[in-house]
Amino acid sequence: MISGFRTLLYKEVLRFWKVNFQTIAAPVLTAVLYLMIFSHVLEAQLQVHGIAYTSFLIPGLVMMSALQNAFANSSSSLIQSKVTGSVIFVLLPPISYVEFFFAYVVAAVLRALMVALGVLLVTIWFAVPAMVAPQWILLFLVLGGGTMGALGMIAGIWADKFDQLAGFQNFLIMPLTMLSGVFYSLHSLPVFWQQVSRFNPVFYMIDGFRFGFFGVSDVPPENSLAVAGTSFLMVSAATLALLRSGYKLRS
Amino acid sequence: MPFAVAVERVEKRFGSLLALAGVSLQISEGEFFGLLGPNGAGKTTLISCLAGLSRPSAGKLVVMGYDVVSNYRAARRLLGVVPQELVFDPFFTVRETLRIQSGYFGIRHNEDWIDEILANLDLTGKADTNMRRLSGGMKRRVLVAQALVHKPPVIVLDEPTAGVDVELRQGLWQFIRRLNRDGHTVILTTHYLEEAEALCGRIAMLKQGRVVALDTTSNLLARFAGHTLALRLAGSAKLPPELSARATQNEGMWTFRLGSLGEIEPLLAAMREAGCVIDDLRLTQADLEDVFLGVMQSSDYRKETVP
Ligand SMILES: Nc1ncnc2c1ncn2[C@@H]1O[C@H](COP(=O)(O)OP(=O)(O)OP(=O)(O)O)[C@@H](O)[C@H]1O
Ligand SMILES: [Mg+2]
Repeated sequence: MISGFRTLLYKEVLRFWKVNFQTIAAPVLTAVLYLMIFSHVLEAQLQVHGIAYTSFLIPGLVMMSALQNAFANSSSSLIQSKVTGSVIFVLLPPISYVEFFFAYVVAAVLRALMVALGVLLVTIWFAVPAMVAPQWILLFLVLGGGTMGALGMIAGIWADKFDQLAGFQNFLIMPLTMLSGVFYSLHSLPVFWQQVSRFNPVFYMIDGFRFGFFGVSDVPPENSLAVAGTSFLMVSAATLALLRSGYKLRS
Repeated sequence: MPFAVAVERVEKRFGSLLALAGVSLQISEGEFFGLLGPNGAGKTTLISCLAGLSRPSAGKLVVMGYDVVSNYRAARRLLGVVPQELVFDPFFTVRETLRIQSGYFGIRHNEDWIDEILANLDLTGKADTNMRRLSGGMKRRVLVAQALVHKPPVIVLDEPTAGVDVELRQGLWQFIRRLNRDGHTVILTTHYLEEAEALCGRIAMLKQGRVVALDTTSNLLARFAGHTLALRLAGSAKLPPELSARATQNEGMWTFRLGSLGEIEPLLAAMREAGCVIDDLRLTQADLEDVFLGVMQSSDYRKETVP
């Protein structure tokens, strides 16, 4: 019974691993470019929470890359197999929708972890951030990656064409992850935008993740954990309901 | 006797289109069953419902005693489907594809059977080639291989030979026939009617989502068509009216439908008496294509033969 899940997970991991130049190396490079540009411009002028700007920036970039790639992994895998029709290979076998869900989400989390590790390893060259509470780091990475992986499944199931998926990515995922305090502390924003940011669950994921490095954050990490956990459960419940109904997968 | 597949009053609606309008069929274990019909008749839709790719709007489908909706795990384990569309996963080689497909069915060490399938489908040399680099006919054979990794007792082939060359078609049928002899139930759709005639013991014909004929292949051939005698008369001779009433004429050829070969002798005698000289004569045995065309033209065939 476990084997259908295991094989699907293996296949999903193999899928992105075979093209790791695009799925891991490319996002690491993008993150490093952000880091080089922003730290070059702002390192001298800025400190956040009393931390040098480059060090402050690194965890946010790591998490942003991880989240974007978790979303990209499940969504692109699903849309690709839908468009080419090869999705039937996973619809014909006796794989339950719960196994299906976990295979895609766990694969997305693994890709998120690899991208995070990649960005972290490369950015060490610029600044070595502290890691005062690694358990928070891992916890937020898994919950954030899981949430985005599940959201990617919803997008991949819903979209019929690649440009619909691109729309989802450009108008939802990019704003959510970019406007989440990756590049700044919430307290540096005008009050109105601070309020807006508080409705963005990704803000809590990044804030809690950053707490694991520096031990300081905009919001207490327990609160962030509650938001990240709730987000994961809600998005998962929605994804599972969609899979159960067979929406767009089983006509 | 248990049925390999039982379809009970299945309907499938796509918006306002009724793709399956109440289909009922029973296929016994070990049968080689043909599902024929023109484009859009609903063959693939029926197979999709059987495989759980599509949910029927009404009715139920059962594979080896397991309902395909409420007991989908058992039903899918017992079913192998070769889809009509030529699909493949471009990330993997042939062997990886088959290993992964085995894993989906919970089978882990399947190398021996995979090698056997590859050999029978003449794919051994391509085992480590990426799917993208295969020709269309090779991809089609990999689809057949994928459907067989878990040795399903019920094998459904949706036009498996489209685009496969003659030699391999023979090889493929030899392999499928062997599986059928070993007890696997085979359900086949094809537009090559001579293939269906040679392979299938029983045939259902579908038209606009309805079964319009369902019988053994030999009964269909015998009951519906028999033989035809076509002849041309020398010069400007005319058939006597009692004979021309029984025949159809097309470009000077008169065609008689014969219920049995015994009808030939009196027919020729009647012509000799009338002084007709025969210039050309052809006797042909009706094949499945004649039956098919006949059934598709007269949809009340079912009423006559299937009470
Ligand atoms: N997903 C779908 N959405 C809407 N209509 C569909 C869908 N799938 C099939 N149909 C329609 O249902 C009818 C039956 O199609 P089906 O594919 O079952 O035919 P078929 O007998 O397999 O034909 P062919 O010999 O061409 O493969 C057709 O009119 C087709 O347009
Ligand atoms: Mg079809």
